[in-house]
Amino acid sequence: MSDTFEPKIVAFLCNWCSYRAADLAGTSRIKYEPNVRMIRVMCSGRVDPTFVLKAFALGADGVMIAGCHPGECHYLEQNYKAMRRYHLLRHTLRSMGMEENRVRLQWASAAEGAQLAVAINDMIEKVRALGPLNWSSNWNENGHRLEALEKMAQEHAEAMEVPA
Amino acid sequence: MTGKPKLALYWAASCGGCDIAVLAIDDKILEVANLFDIVLWPVAIDAKVRDIERLADGSIDVCLFNGGIRNSEQEYMARLLRAKAKVLVAFGSCAHEGCIPGLANANSRDEIFQYVYKDSPSVDNPQGLVPVPDFEVPEGTLHIPVFYDTLKTLDQTVPVDYYLPGCPPEAENIWTAVQAVAAGLAGAPLPPTGTVLGAQTTVCDECKRTRTEKKIKVFKRVWEILPNETECLLEQGLVCCGIATRGGCGALCPVVNSPCIGCHGPNEGVQDFGARMISALASVIDSDNPAEIDHIIEQGIPDPLGTFYRFSLAHSLLRRTKLGNGNGAAQHAAVPAGRTA
Ligand code: SF4
Ligand code: SF4
Ligand code: SF4
Repeated sequence: MSDTFEPKIVAFLCNWCSYRAADLAGTSRIKYEPNVRMIRVMCSGRVDPTFVLKAFALGADGVMIAGCHPGECHYLEQNYKAMRRYHLLRHTLRSMGMEENRVRLQWASAAEGAQLAVAINDMIEKVRALGPLNWSSNWNENGHRLEALEKMAQEHAEAMEVPA
Repeated sequence: MTGKPKLALYWAASCGGCDIAVLAIDDKILEVANLFDIVLWPVAIDAKVRDIERLADGSIDVCLFNGGIRNSEQEYMARLLRAKAKVLVAFGSCAHEGCIPGLANANSRDEIFQYVYKDSPSVDNPQGLVPVPDFEVPEGTLHIPVFYDTLKTLDQTVPVDYYLPGCPPEAENIWTAVQAVAAGLAGAPLPPTGTVLGAQTTVCDECKRTRTEKKIKVFKRVWEILPNETECLLEQGLVCCGIATRGGCGALCPVVNSPCIGCHGPNEGVQDFGARMISALASVIDSDNPAEIDHIIEQGIPDPLGTFYRFSLAHSLLRRTKLGNGNGAAQHAAVPAGRTA
C-alpha cells in the first residue's frame, strides 16, 4: 500500500451530455485520474437520492452527479429536479456531519470533455485531502459490546444453578 | 401448562406506548389471553427472564418485540427471544426503524452522557458521575449494561420475521396481525418472512384532501399557519410526509389538520425514507435558481435530520451522523435555535 490515500468516487453521468463528455475526454486522450467509477443513467433526473446514500453506505468517499446544463435537458426539465434534489441532499448530508466536498453536482455538455476531466480531477483532489470516509465504521460498536454480552450470559447461567 | 400457543411481549429502547397500544385492543385482550399462554410481558405479568432462559429453543410461538437496541442488555434479550421464538415480530416504529430513540444517533454516547448526566439544567451531579459498565464495591463488581454509541433496530441485531408499523401501531392493525399469526399457527399460510403487516399504499392515498399539483416557494413550520381543512397540506407549505409514508392509519394526522410526520415508515419498496422525501420535495419546490432553492430549504427545513428521518434514522442507509473527526461539535452547533436547552 502506498501512503497516499486513493479515494473512491462514484459518478452518475447522464446519457446525453456528461457521459458523452466523458467519452469525448477518452477519445481526445484527455487524462483524468482513475479514481472515478462511472455509472451511466439516462438523465441526471434519474439519480434517486437513494443511489447517492447507498454509494456512501457501501464505501464511496465521494459522489458526483453530472448532467446537461440547465435549459439543455434532453427531457426538458429533469436536470432542474436533479438540482433541487442535490440541494436538499446536501443540506441533509451536512446535518449528518458529512463534508461538503464529498458530493458534487456538475454540469457538462457533450462537447465539454476537457471541462469534465478538470472537474473530476478537482473533486478527486478535494476528497483526497479530506481522507477516507469509511462511513460504515460509524456504526461498528467499538466498545465492550461482545464482552458485555458474554458476561451477561455467564452470570445468568450461574444464577440458574441456584434453585429459584 | 396448557396446550395453547405461547406468546411473549417485550420492550427494549421504547417509550412504553407500544405496550399500551396492545391494551388498546380493549376487550379483545381477553381473547388474546384465551388464544395464547402469555409467558413474558414485563408491563403486565410477573415472569422472570430465568424462566425464559429455561425454555427450549423455539418453544415460544410468537414474540412481539417493541423498542430498539440501545444497550447490551437489550441485545441480550433480543438474541434470547429470537432463539426461543418461532415467529419474531418487530412491533412498532422503535423496533422496526429506531423511531425517536434512534434520533439519538445524531450524537455519540459521550455527547449523550455529557448532556444527560452533566449539562442538562435539571441535573444535580457535582461529582460529574456517569454510569460505567463495571463498578467495584466492597461486595464485588457490579455490572450494568453497556450503552451503545449507535441505536440499532431489531433487524440490525437478529433476524426478524414480520414488522408491525406505526408509533404505536393502531389497535385494529394489531388485532388483524395477531389473528393472522394465530391462524398461521393453526395451519393457515403465513405471509412471507420480512413482510410488513400493514397497508401497501401511502398516507396520501388515504388522505381526502384535494391536490392540484401546486408548487410552493416557502415551507412553513406548523406553528406559522393555520392550514385550511380541504387542501393538501404540502401544497399549503407544510412538510407533510404522507407522500413517502406507508398508510394504514387512515391519514390520522391530516384528518386533524396536522401534517403526517411519517410514523408508519417508508412505503412498500422504499429503502430510505429521507431519500424518498427529498425526491418528493424536489418536485414541489417552485424554483430553478440554486441560490433561491438554498434559501427556501434553509428557511423552511432548519432540521433536515429530524424532518426526513424523525422515525427512521437508525434504519436509514447512513444510520447515524458521522462519529468523531470533530464533527460532533459542528453537529451541536447546527441544532436550530430554540431546540437547545
Ligand atoms: S414505536 Fe412509538 S409508541 Fe412504540 S415504543 Fe416506540 S415511541 Fe413508543
Ligand atoms: S401530502 Fe399530506 S395533506 Fe397532502 S395529500 Fe398527502 S397526506 Fe394528504
Ligand atoms: S398520518 Fe402519518 S404520522 Fe400520522 S399516524 Fe398516519 S403515518 Fe403516523
